[in-house]
Amino acid sequence: MNAIIDRRSLLRAGGAMLVAFNLGLRPRDAAAWAEKPVATDEVGAFLSIDAEGGATVFVGKVDLGTGVRTGFMQIAAEELDLPLGRIRVVEGDTALTPDQGATYGSLSIQNGGVQLRAAAATARRELLRQAAERLGADAARLRIEEGVVIAPDGRRATFAELVGGRAFTLKVDANAPIKPPEARRIVGQAVPRVDIPDKVFGRFHYVHDFRLLGMLHGRPVRPPTLGATVEAVDEASIRGIPGVVRVVHQGAFLGVVAETEWAAIRAARELKVRWSNWAGLPEQAKLWEHVRATPVAQVQVTSDRGNAAQAIQGAAKRLSASYDFAIHTHGSMGPSCAVAEFKDGRLTSWSASQATHNLRKQLAMMLGLPVEQVRCIYMEGAGCYGRNGHEDAAADAALLARAVGRPVRVQWMRADEHGWDPKGPPHLVDLRAGLDAEGNVVGWESEAFIPKGAGGNVDLTAAELGGLPRENQLNPGNIIHNLAVPYAFPAVKTVCHRLETTPFRPSWIRTPGRMQNSFANEAFLDELAAEAGADPLEFRLRTLPRDDPRGREVLERVARLAKWQTRPSPQRVREGEILRGRGVTFVKYELVRTYLAGVAEVEVNRRTGAIRVTRFFCTHDCGQIINPGGVRSQIEGNIIHTLSRTLKEELTFDRGAVTSLDWGSYQVITFPEVPEIAIELIDRPTERPWGAGEPAAAIVPSAVSNAVFDATGVRLRSVPFTPAKLRAALQGV
Amino acid sequence: MSQTVSMTVNGRAVSVTVDQPQMPLLYALRNDIGVTGPHFGCGLGQCGACTVHVEGEAVRSCQMPVGEAAGKRITTLEGLGTPEHPHPVQAAFIAEQAVQCGYCTNGMIMQSAAFLTKTPRPTEVQVREELANNICRCGTHPRVVAAVLRAARG
Ligand code: FES
Ligand code: FES
Repeated sequence: MNAIIDRRSLLRAGGAMLVAFNLGLRPRDAAAWAEKPVATDEVGAFLSIDAEGGATVFVGKVDLGTGVRTGFMQIAAEELDLPLGRIRVVEGDTALTPDQGATYGSLSIQNGGVQLRAAAATARRELLRQAAERLGADAARLRIEEGVVIAPDGRRATFAELVGGRAFTLKVDANAPIKPPEARRIVGQAVPRVDIPDKVFGRFHYVHDFRLLGMLHGRPVRPPTLGATVEAVDEASIRGIPGVVRVVHQGAFLGVVAETEWAAIRAARELKVRWSNWAGLPEQAKLWEHVRATPVAQVQVTSDRGNAAQAIQGAAKRLSASYDFAIHTHGSMGPSCAVAEFKDGRLTSWSASQATHNLRKQLAMMLGLPVEQVRCIYMEGAGCYGRNGHEDAAADAALLARAVGRPVRVQWMRADEHGWDPKGPPHLVDLRAGLDAEGNVVGWESEAFIPKGAGGNVDLTAAELGGLPRENQLNPGNIIHNLAVPYAFPAVKTVCHRLETTPFRPSWIRTPGRMQNSFANEAFLDELAAEAGADPLEFRLRTLPRDDPRGREVLERVARLAKWQTRPSPQRVREGEILRGRGVTFVKYELVRTYLAGVAEVEVNRRTGAIRVTRFFCTHDCGQIINPGGVRSQIEGNIIHTLSRTLKEELTFDRGAVTSLDWGSYQVITFPEVPEIAIELIDRPTERPWGAGEPAAAIVPSAVSNAVFDATGVRLRSVPFTPAKLRAALQGV
Repeated sequence: MSQTVSMTVNGRAVSVTVDQPQMPLLYALRNDIGVTGPHFGCGLGQCGACTVHVEGEAVRSCQMPVGEAAGKRITTLEGLGTPEHPHPVQAAFIAEQAVQCGYCTNGMIMQSAAFLTKTPRPTEVQVREELANNICRCGTHPRVVAAVLRAARG
């Protein structure tokens, strides 16, 4: 095909697609700092068609091991009528992909996928228009099959002929028609994940497996306490280790670089450093007193209806309780890892960052480079469940690579990960409520004590330790969500006391705030139901607003799924060593999207205090489902991960540092402890797709607390629900 | 002092020169021999991500000094099976979609594959017990158990 002729014809066709350049870029090729459009209103930012007629999808949202890559491929394949096998995906490369914001909040499909769908639908319309022109046919009568546009008389034009190898230069039309549900062939199907075969055969390339020519290995040497500074470094102490290249020292940032990974590990272990003393952490046993005593930066009222204080004051029965939720670590299976290379004053960084576009700005700021001189490329790492240490490893690698002038790979050791990844902050909620004589809630008040900040950048540890430029802000995620309640109480007031500080550098971990607030709300609501002598599921149904049918539906369905028996909690029979109970819970995620209900069934050993969750039921309405297999898998994963957090996980620390530095001291759920899980998905193909994944985590802690109460009559209000806590509580009964 | 260690990896004779024979086998596999199926997860023998077969036994390669691997027959995930000839456990992991991030998957498959050679018809409880020291943070447990049972059924 002649490009010039083609160009003319294109211009005649409305000038929508101009000759640009070949997009046959290799995503991992550092040399390709291409001038590709990345603005989120450009179709070319999201999509290109190569010379063979295959499509490349460019997304700023990344697959963190959740399977969303397959979902993106399904969305593009559907709108373009291409087979999945002819679509490839480039994720999170600041030179190539649009900035769609960080990959968090289960927003990849809800926001990122919807943007991609609009781009693909716009491209489809354009392809049809071009084909109509070329074939002299009416665009409305054309159909597309496997990347070929076919006219009613059988004449054909392939995508390759129409646009192959050239960029789309048209704006995304958010109103471009998408495929109606009845025409969908790929979206809505449980398409197997594209990454799984490679992962199963050891052929997948994680960032941990990425190597560059001439690359060295680095390890950070973190201080023994969070605030210690370097007094002296004895570089001679590692002189005997063959292959050590350099000790890099900048403020309290210290790292070693060596020719081999083992030499770097040994050097990091054996380097003798004199550190200053520091003991600025609160006493762990007094954590909640510390939280209550922390100065408040801001008071945020997240809902206010009627006069809650007065309503509670005048109520027939009044209840109050405090709920707390321990500090958690992300605890990714693979310690954070990154590779950095400086070439011609420009930095290329490979990492598993969930927000490469933000990381780019942070690295540029730390290094004093213009943003254009930094390129961040995503490569999959171990699942991260939020902002873990990936970005910090990228900063470590960048500082080390700059110092030695060669590419450097950094992988943290387990203790670096457990000790230094940012933490889910301690979360404390006080609640008060009143019931009238009929057992209706007349007033509800809650106050959360949680650090200030939202979902912005979490400072890079290397910048913090090295005294280098950083934003210097707390960002624990949008942890105010779901403190307000989805119920139609006549009077409600929910308030967040946003604290000036929190003991550890905070960040979001799966379902930040929504989990902790939902735990407090749904367990406290259960306390009210028990006080009212009502069945907890009925109590929720009667308290939900009438005009929320989707909320009612998940609850009614979970009752059927779990064969719920209507009766108040706690159960009456309490004989023998093992007590059994069930608990229900309901969440409307952020009060605006995904609906969930859950039922936990537990066995409690009243001698040991051990809780075994035997079955967990979940009903789930996230609107349109792109891939039911992926959604199920994510729900299972979120339930299990959150059971681990609810029953076992708790960061421990002394006055200087984290002390839970391995899997022995930070215990997580094991195979024998995992319950049977039953999930019912509600698919609504005509609705918009909402997030799936982390919403399911929000239902877990309260469902378990409610089930333990049902079994024992004891209310657990402090996560994790350790045997020791339960034994202590049982003694009070 | 540097030293050369010879072993068989996935049926291939290999020699690596290392500074210290105490270096864990894992680093030799990943960095010198170029098989990245086994992963570094903890380096402490606690998680299972680094599991390989040494003479058919599941071994945590982060805990085995490379010097001890001399003369041994090592199999990694890459050598267990291929897309053309998958090991039954690998095929079952695909069928059950028993992977999320997949960082633990190496350990899950290698541990289970070695287990099934000794216990070809395990109960669900036995599978759970066998994998009790393999950590997965993504919550793939039910699918992993289903995959191992599926592989056992053949
Ligand atoms: S890396 Fe070997 S057991 Fe964790
Ligand atoms: S799949 Fe991610 S740790 Fe198991």
